[in-house]
Amino acid sequence: MDECKCEIKTSNSKSGPGDAGRTGSWRVERPVIDLSKCTPAKRQKDSCYLCWLYCPDGVISKELEPKIDLEYCKGCGICAQECPTGAITMVEETSLIEEEKKTNEKN
Amino acid sequence: MKKIESGNVAAALGVKLSRVQVVAAYPITPQTPLTEKLSELIEGDELKAEYITVESEHSALAVCIGAASAGARAFTATSANGLLYMSEQVHWAAGARLPLVMCVVNRGVGAPWTVWNDHQDSISQRDAGWIQIYVNDHQEIIDTVIKAFRLAEAVSIPVMVCYDGYYLSHTYMPFDVPDEQIVDSFLPEYQYKHTLDPQNPENLNTVTMPFARPDRDGVTQPGYMDIRHNLHVELGTAIPVFEQIDAAYKEAFGRGGKPIMSDYRCEGAEYIVVAMGSLANRIKDAVDELNDEGVKVGVLSLHLYRPFPRVQIIAALENAKGVIVIEKALSYGNEGALFGDIKAALYPCEKKPFVHNYIIGLGGREIKQADLYDSIKASCTASENFEDVSRWIGLNR
Repeated sequence: MDECKCEIKTSNSKSGPGDAGRTGSWRVERPVIDLSKCTPAKRQKDSCYLCWLYCPDGVISKELEPKIDLEYCKGCGICAQECPTGAITMVEETSLIEEEKKTNEKN
Repeated sequence: MKKIESGNVAAALGVKLSRVQVVAAYPITPQTPLTEKLSELIEGDELKAEYITVESEHSALAVCIGAASAGARAFTATSANGLLYMSEQVHWAAGARLPLVMCVVNRGVGAPWTVWNDHQDSISQRDAGWIQIYVNDHQEIIDTVIKAFRLAEAVSIPVMVCYDGYYLSHTYMPFDVPDEQIVDSFLPEYQYKHTLDPQNPENLNTVTMPFARPDRDGVTQPGYMDIRHNLHVELGTAIPVFEQIDAAYKEAFGRGGKPIMSDYRCEGAEYIVVAMGSLANRIKDAVDELNDEGVKVGVLSLHLYRPFPRVQIIAALENAKGVIVIEKALSYGNEGALFGDIKAALYPCEKKPFVHNYIIGLGGREIKQADLYDSIKASCTASENFEDVSRWIGLNR
């Protein structure tokens, strides 16, 4: 067929967290899960997982104690909005960074 | 098989022979008979394709982008404001490197409304990253549509086949319809390497960063600027690929040989007129008349406008005394678009020919043979103080 040494560069990529780089740095507010209110954590059985289902970046794990991959979570807040028991709160990153600093200093 | 038909039907038959699988188009004058013919061919099962009706040109091209991303050969066509309505998707199709073919049946752009011909619609889209080919007659329409699919698929860049509204779209001319079986061997099935597959999901055209970024496996992927540079470079490679494809077409069907530009009485000419589309044919008569009077002048009909064939343009024009660019579009507030491109191409030449510019036939304004003759003659006999401005021919004050 036709001689063409085209590379054809595109930004097509495999789906999954991280296909747009380390998007966690975009976050202004961080979702924090209160496990005492979280349905699967409280019942200790697979249930609910609406946060996992709704997360547009697929960064919440489907475990008895769901974990959020902060490397890629953009902080959109959909999980906090959807959680039926109000277990997820959005906390300002700046306040968390201040707290983390203090903890580090103590250690 | 010989046929006498309109230019729009010639385009539709080219699409049929290319075994297009998806057509999505919104009717607009003067493109309408082309889409009507295609829907008739699909309805009558002569062309086994999906005709997807849409509510706008933006959706028409969006459907074609989706179809091509799923591995289907797709076609659309439009004119004037329809082309501009799909403009966002025009840029998208090029950036996504989808090998679509679109016929632009050239028409002036509103406001004020005009349904008549000029080249402002497609010229305004010249920087979108598509390959643009301007054809001069019905035979070139049907042949170029078929070649355009092979070119688009070879370099993964979409192609616009531009032909003049009414002058070509609605006039009836004899042309040869290529043999179906030979077209099948000339244009094999379309294979797309990113074909959407539920078993192997991919994100297409995901957001890029200003910088190159690591993907989820940690492999560095190009950033926006790298991807755009690659489109620019590979548009350039489309020139030799188009020449190869044209040569293969000539071998199969006996027509072609001048895919980039065709020349008429240019050998030994002191002056060369440059034009695109059916206008180049019209100029031949004026050139004949002037040659009879002893003025050595020829016509260069530029077919490939983007990528701009700079090297070929220089070779064709650098030894002339003067170059006269007559065109049906302009960059408003500046000068003729083709004129600017030609002047820029000739700038590094040692022996610079003068370059004059005439704007003609906007919104279908009558192109009089006497006007063409007078303008070309004025340039060929011009003194050195001939002012370097775009001259508008045929204005009624």
